[in-house]
Amino acid sequence: MILYTVRRFINYLILTVLATVIGYVLASAVLSPAARFYGKNPRPSDAAIEASLRRLGVDPNVPLLQRTWEWMSNIFLHGSFGLENNLDPVGHDMLVRSGISLQLLLIGSLLGALLGVSFGVWGAVRQYRLSDQVVTYASYLILATPVFVFGVILMILATNFNDAVSKQVIAFTGQYTPGLDGTWNIVLDRVSHLFLPTIALAALGAAEYSRYQRNAMLDVLSADYIRTARSKGRTRGSAMVRHGVRVALIPMSTYFAYSFGTLVAGSTFLELIFSWHGMGELALTSITENDVNATAGSVFYLSILVLISSTLAEVLYAALDPRVRI
Amino acid sequence: MTEPPLLEVRDLSVSFPQASGIVRAVRGISYTVNQGEFLGIVGESGSGKSVSSMAVMGLLPRNAVVTGDVLLRGESLLGRDDRELSRLRGKEIAMIFQDPLSALTPVYTVGNQIAEGLMLHDKGLGAKAAAVRAVELLRVVGIPAPERRVNAFPHEFSGGMRQRVMIAIAIANDPNLIIADEPTTALDVTIQAQILEVLQKAKELTGAAVVLITHDLGVVAGNADRIAVMYAGKLVETGAVDDVFTRPVMPYTIGLLRSVPNLVTAGRTRLVPLEGRPPSLSNLPPGCPFEPRCPIAVSACTTEEPPLLQLRGGHDAACIRAGEIESGVLHPSDVFPRPEPVAEGAKVVNERESILSINGLVKHFPLTAGMVFKKQIGTVKAVDGIDLEIRGGEVLGLVGESGCGKSTTILEVLEMTSPQVGSITIAGRDVAELSKAERLSMRKDVQIVFQDPMAALDPRLTIEDIVGEPLTVHGTSRTERRRRVAELLDLVGLEHTMAGRYPHEFSGGQRQRVGIARALATSPKLLVLDEPVSALDVSIQAGIMNLLEDLKLQLGLSYLFVAHDLAVVRQIADTVAVMYLGRIVESGEVGEVFARPHHPYTQALMSAVPIPDPEAERSRVRILLDGDLPSPTDEISGCNFHGRCPLFKLLDPARQQRCLTEDPHLRVIDTTSAACHHVDQNTLQPL
Repeated sequence: MILYTVRRFINYLILTVLATVIGYVLASAVLSPAARFYGKNPRPSDAAIEASLRRLGVDPNVPLLQRTWEWMSNIFLHGSFGLENNLDPVGHDMLVRSGISLQLLLIGSLLGALLGVSFGVWGAVRQYRLSDQVVTYASYLILATPVFVFGVILMILATNFNDAVSKQVIAFTGQYTPGLDGTWNIVLDRVSHLFLPTIALAALGAAEYSRYQRNAMLDVLSADYIRTARSKGRTRGSAMVRHGVRVALIPMSTYFAYSFGTLVAGSTFLELIFSWHGMGELALTSITENDVNATAGSVFYLSILVLISSTLAEVLYAALDPRVRI
Repeated sequence: MTEPPLLEVRDLSVSFPQASGIVRAVRGISYTVNQGEFLGIVGESGSGKSVSSMAVMGLLPRNAVVTGDVLLRGESLLGRDDRELSRLRGKEIAMIFQDPLSALTPVYTVGNQIAEGLMLHDKGLGAKAAAVRAVELLRVVGIPAPERRVNAFPHEFSGGMRQRVMIAIAIANDPNLIIADEPTTALDVTIQAQILEVLQKAKELTGAAVVLITHDLGVVAGNADRIAVMYAGKLVETGAVDDVFTRPVMPYTIGLLRSVPNLVTAGRTRLVPLEGRPPSLSNLPPGCPFEPRCPIAVSACTTEEPPLLQLRGGHDAACIRAGEIESGVLHPSDVFPRPEPVAEGAKVVNERESILSINGLVKHFPLTAGMVFKKQIGTVKAVDGIDLEIRGGEVLGLVGESGCGKSTTILEVLEMTSPQVGSITIAGRDVAELSKAERLSMRKDVQIVFQDPMAALDPRLTIEDIVGEPLTVHGTSRTERRRRVAELLDLVGLEHTMAGRYPHEFSGGQRQRVGIARALATSPKLLVLDEPVSALDVSIQAGIMNLLEDLKLQLGLSYLFVAHDLAVVRQIADTVAVMYLGRIVESGEVGEVFARPHHPYTQALMSAVPIPDPEAERSRVRILLDGDLPSPTDEISGCNFHGRCPLFKLLDPARQQRCLTEDPHLRVIDTTSAACHHVDQNTLQPL
């Protein structure tokens, strides 16, 4: 079993490296790092531009293969992801920003999964009744609404709420208020800032998971072993939870890996809307600013997330289903 | 005051409201089960036998409308809420279900699932004590090495072993009533015999009453005290098992009993077909629901449905003409006379010409591991050197448990390519030497009829397209095709005006006729029949079997008839070959093999088949096989049957040694061939 997981992990690791390299190559081929100098007034000399680019390792005159090679060997030999346009090391920036992003992503996706599973089970058990219909339409509405629209709607609602209670209860810019003291105050402040983007992300996740979970649960509801459990003396509800939900959770571990990408994309927009300085912001701004190293770093971050979530899904699957354990 | 019966069902009706109308699955049935009694409920699919017992358990879906009453020791169960009923389920009434493969939760160990039932009804029982009790229960139901197996998951057990686990769960709390819903239908005969044995043992241990629901008259004949026959949601006949089997009164029961091939009598008389199909339960016309299929129906049968009337000593039947039948004015053979065999068509020329000849056929599948670098870790010996011979106009019955290699043999024949080892010769031509064009034209000569007629026909094609498809492959013109399809449909007993319809408009039996017509389209010499009747209801089987016999005579066909039901094989086959783990263990002329089987496996197989005759069934001594069919990947030295062989245990060590080391080959013994070293030592009594 451990051997199997390790093998899968190595498999994903190779994919991660491949994805990162392709990310770098693509970013180098598409972005033009020199462009930001042309708009400057006075325009720096060509030699100065070239020197700057060379320093960043993104000089278009050096063959792409060689640049990729240098970038790779820097990572493996020195653990360095190169410099950003403003000469900050990408690696350090990523470390700080991913901490911020993961805070949102972890809480959001866990909450989303939890809510999604609960709503899915509830909808399946009460199939075609009003509560099931409400959950169904609500989740389609959320899935159909672009994340940034959803975020903005939440902001408007929060503003109305704050106005109604005449107090800034829900904050919606940044991840904390600078200059607060007292542990309690700081925690409250963090929660107040986390509240809206987490809700937005969790809602997105819950909407998606609940659809999958409802289907998985409907398959299980008519299963023979539920009948067996009831014939042993379990009540309908108890048989459904102990035997039904437990089995219906198995396919969810795979969906978790699949849908993680959607969540990361969602969180990227949410960071922008709620002015969080996380990895999503870095990814977007690095592309608009033609910053090759930062873009490649963002790709690396994303593929690491996929690596972790896929491995986690594998482990989860094996933990839930004795039939795949070897 | 007399004590109320253990279970009393009073005027129970169950209906399911649906968009197309109300489906009345059970229509006012009443029966009682006394303490310690064994009641068999017999009926075809859709007769309401399962629905009525689910109603007793309170396990019907929520949309079911249940009326009448169910009393357990005089106390009403209907109308109680789920919580109250769940205290009775598993404790007072336990249930065993049909499909053991899906009846256990895949994610918990079997020990957990048994312990769960124990702890639900005994709150004071600790997990440790429950686990100990689970091991005991597994031992009772005959699971080998229960201490170890208690921690195994359901997927690590075979079907028969899982059914044993189900029985362990059912008897865990010493119930007073066990309802077994088709507990052996999904299992092989040898395993069925084991499970019925365990069920009897469970009954003795707990003293519980058993309600056994089945479609197999043979299964109830040997086990039940009383039987109840259901048809279209009603009880049509009940009584002591001997009464009903020897003096059936309701024409449906008579038809059922006469339509089933019997291992003892099969092959000598034609089967009595029970034509037609049960009525739809959503729009029942007035009158007796069996009237359209009843050969002795009178006009009064169409106006009023006869109630279940008492005849004598606990024998009840629902038929207007029950009096005439009971008094002997109408004899069962007048009700369902045996059909005359059809006149033989133009007798086949070259009758003894060999149609199919298989010599030393081997098919091994490599078992590999690893995703990128595959390495062989074993070999599945699906077919391990067999010889078969079918001559013109002959039927070869190939029998054996599932997993013995029957299907692989068929596929090798149909594939028509060079086998791994050995040779296949069809109509005198070695298939290994055929060119591509010759192979295509050879396919006309060999056609197949599949097991499941529901799955074997494309639901989007009309009957005409399905039956005519083999002709399009071989380039027949459209008008010629149409003429031939009409001819074929007539041949298999279907109206040729039905050609434009789709498969879903036909019943199971009719669909199998379509499947046969399709197979006959290219005028083949050899039909491969892969379990052609095992997916059909008993009353339908007889019609198909008779059709196959008629076609054989009319068209001079040869059949390779694959089946696990020995009585069916006995009925139709001329020669029979018994297969075990990829080998033929016994073969010969069918009458000889059935009358004097020599191989212990053949003997066990035959003694496992239940006979629909209570008296014969009770006096039989069963030769039970131990355990399941070994995995075909196992390396077994010597005789591959020695691990399960009932004869092996009786032999002295010197003789046993020979079984362990020397692989027996087929050799001629009297008039048949058997692969056993110690035929002369065989004291086992079959049948």
